[in-house]
This record gives sequence, C-alpha cells and structure tokens, in this order.
Amino acid sequence: MSTTSAKFLQSSLGKKLLMSLTGLFLISFLVVHCVLNALIFLNDGGVTFNAGAEFMAHNPLIRIVEVVLFIGIILHIIQAAILTRQNNKARPVKYAVYNGKAGSTWYSRSMGLLGTLLLLFLIIHLKHFWVLSRFTDEITSGKETLFNEMKEVFGNLVIVIIYILGVISLAYHLMHGFQSAFQTLGWNHPKYTPVVKAIGFGFSILISLVFAAMPIAMYAGWIK
Amino acid sequence: MSTGNMNLTLRIWRQNSGKEQGQLVTYPVKDISPDMSFLEMFDVLNEQLVSKNENPIVFDHDCREGICGMCSMVINGRPHGPKSGITTCQLHMRSFKEGDTIVVEPWRAQAFPVIKDLTVDRSGFERIMAKGGFVSVNTGTAQDANCIPIPKDDADASFNAAACIGCGACVAACKNASAMLFVSAKVSQFALLPQGKIEAVARVKNMVAQMDDEGFGSCTNTGACEAECPKGISLENIARMNREYFVANIKQ
Repeated sequence: MSTTSAKFLQSSLGKKLLMSLTGLFLISFLVVHCVLNALIFLNDGGVTFNAGAEFMAHNPLIRIVEVVLFIGIILHIIQAAILTRQNNKARPVKYAVYNGKAGSTWYSRSMGLLGTLLLLFLIIHLKHFWVLSRFTDEITSGKETLFNEMKEVFGNLVIVIIYILGVISLAYHLMHGFQSAFQTLGWNHPKYTPVVKAIGFGFSILISLVFAAMPIAMYAGWIK
Repeated sequence: MSTGNMNLTLRIWRQNSGKEQGQLVTYPVKDISPDMSFLEMFDVLNEQLVSKNENPIVFDHDCREGICGMCSMVINGRPHGPKSGITTCQLHMRSFKEGDTIVVEPWRAQAFPVIKDLTVDRSGFERIMAKGGFVSVNTGTAQDANCIPIPKDDADASFNAAACIGCGACVAACKNASAMLFVSAKVSQFALLPQGKIEAVARVKNMVAQMDDEGFGSCTNTGACEAECPKGISLENIARMNREYFVANIKQ
C-alpha cells in the first residue's frame, strides 16, 4: 500500500485539528479574562481590577500573546467558514423532514450560528473596551479608568441585555466545543471522556455565569 | 379490514434520474398489517402501482434481515426510521399508528447521488475501501491462530468496528453528510489488530484522502451518526481515526 494523500492541513481532519487547537487556546484565554475581570467583585472601587488591567496593558509578553490571540481567533473563524462551506456543499438537496433532535443536541448542530453571534458580540465588546484602551489615550492619560468605563457602559440596559445574549451564545458554543475539541484531538476514552464532558459542561455554565454577573452587578449598582 | 390493520398516507420521494428534479408524491395505502415490515409495505404499494400501470418505486434492498446494508430510507427525518439499532427492513409497521403520514426520502448527500427514487449510488464507500480497507496478505496456508496473541478487549473493539455494514445511515444522519463514522470503523477494525498495524500509516492517509475527494462533509462531533447507526458503531472509532491520522502524518 503506497501513500497518495494530499497535504495535512488541506484534509478535513487537518482543518478540524486546527479548529480544535485554536478553540482550546481561546478557552484558555477566556479563563484568564474571566479571572482578571472577576476582580471587580472585590468591590474595592476597582483598585485591584485597574491594577490588573494596567499590568495587562503594559507587560510586553502580554502584548505578544495578544497578537497570538488575534491570530487564533482569525484562524478559528476562517477554518470554520471554509468547513461550513464544504459541509453545506456536501448536502445540496436538503431533507423535507429532518429529525435532528433524535440524535444530537441543537447547539451541536448550530455551532456556526452561535459562533457568528459570538463574533458580532465580540465586535461590540472590542469596541467598548479594547479600542478604548489601545487606540485612545483615555486610559493611558489617566483621564479614565477601565473600571469607570465598565460602569459607564453597563449603565445602559440595552447593552447589558446584548452582553447577556452574547454570554448565552458563549455558554452553548462551549458546551459543545469543549468536549468536541477533545474528540477531534482523538482523546476519547471509556473512563475519561465522561469526565471531560462533565468538566466541559460545568465550565461552560460557570464561566458564563461569572461573565454575565459582571454587567448585571454593575447595572444593578452592587459594585460601587 | 382485519383488526389492527392501518390506513396510512405515504409521501415518497420520486425522481426519475440523477439529472432530473425530484419531488414528494403522496400515496394512500390501505389495510396495512402491523406485522408487515416497512419494505413489505412498499412491496404491497408497488404491486398496486404496477396493476395501475404506474412505475413502481425503486428502492434498494437485499437480505431483508438487517445484515447486508442495502436498504436505505430516511423515514420521517430519520435514517432507517424511528427505532434505533435496526435497518429499514427490520422496521415493522407496528411502529406506526392508524392515520399516520410517513415521509420517505433517499439518503441525501452530494457523495450519494440519487440513481432513481429512493436508490442512491453508494459506490463512493467502495472507492474508499479500495484505498486501504484491507490487509495485504500472501496466500497460502493460514498460520495457527494462536501465533499472534491479541488482547480480548482489542479483539472485541475491532469486531465491533467490523460490524459496520456500510449502509451509509451515518452520512444520511449527519448534518454535514460526513462519512467519518463509516471510514473510522473501517480504519479501526484493522488499526486495533497486529495484522493491520503494518499498513496503518498508508491506510488511514489514503482512506481519508478518498473520503475528502468523494465530497463528504467534515465531522462536527454532533453524535447523530452514532445515534442512527443500525450496528451501534461508536464515536470512539472517530477519535481513534483522528489519532491514527495525526500520527500517520507525523511519521510520514
């Protein structure tokens, strides 16, 4: 038997590997992001939180990681778009009746939709905080702190609702994505896969609740 | 009408050839016994169509005992119908109720073009098999079976993968029309055994390449294939194939 296959990253499995690795990398970013932002719950007027934000803004290593993070997000999106296009082409004539729920969850079948919602949310979210801290001198000049900016942004009920919807999309995206990434990497084991699935489910709920609590707490005025 | 017999409305996909458009056509059927198999009900309907000088509905079937993998109908949106772990031929009319409307469609995938009505061309699976779904052995006297010790768990897992009958329900069920469950079962049945390890690298690379060339979609791990597989092929096989493929690409 001689090998005749094409290049690894052009294969469907290679593309899926990239989706899985970038997905797990983005999950690791979410953990850092969530822990750092949860500093607002110390309720110390944002002193610790601002110190953390200051560190993240000026540490050169973090600057490099930020570039890697954007590459990760872009790769994840591009691969998803390519795979979705190929997958749509794989079934040109749709079923008149398709009982998807018989064998799979709705969110596992809607990763593209959930991902698109997340991307829309991400654009709004970056506009609120990232653009402000990187491309204006509002924060570097000391006129404004990120904590005050959060309070200001989350004083608007519409924005709070958009953030909650974004976080709900995140929860469902992660509920499938977390355990799916391990399956794609080939990590399926009768003993450990149920553990991975349980951790993935718990993680998706927990991190989403913590994220959702931030705009809610600020809007409600629980954080001074 | 004897007791328990049913009147049903069938909506069946009719398509003259791959080049023509198809559509769902409604056929009322009367006095269907709950003890009939789904395919026997089709036989009854076809008898009626022939007697009316109409074209009978073309559908694939062969053994009618759930082992050949020929029958292929998506019934009310589910490959092989509402029961799990069986093929269409093993589905009986007692799974339906008087007055039910049943929609029957072919496997739908770019890689499984419709030949006529409910029959699709599944030779893509055979081309994938030809790329590596075998072991190259010299002919001659078979050696003693106990010469190569194989752990029982591996032998069982390999046998479970080999239970795949290649019906294509996994492709039909998958939202991406992906053939990953089929190909992974065929890779796994060899990957688990010493005899299969010799050609493991070329096998997985060639079979995956052919799978992609055929135009099947990619795997998004929804698990629909496993749920609809009449032979209970496990998603573990897909993970195993992913491992095999990554390792093969590192090696070669």
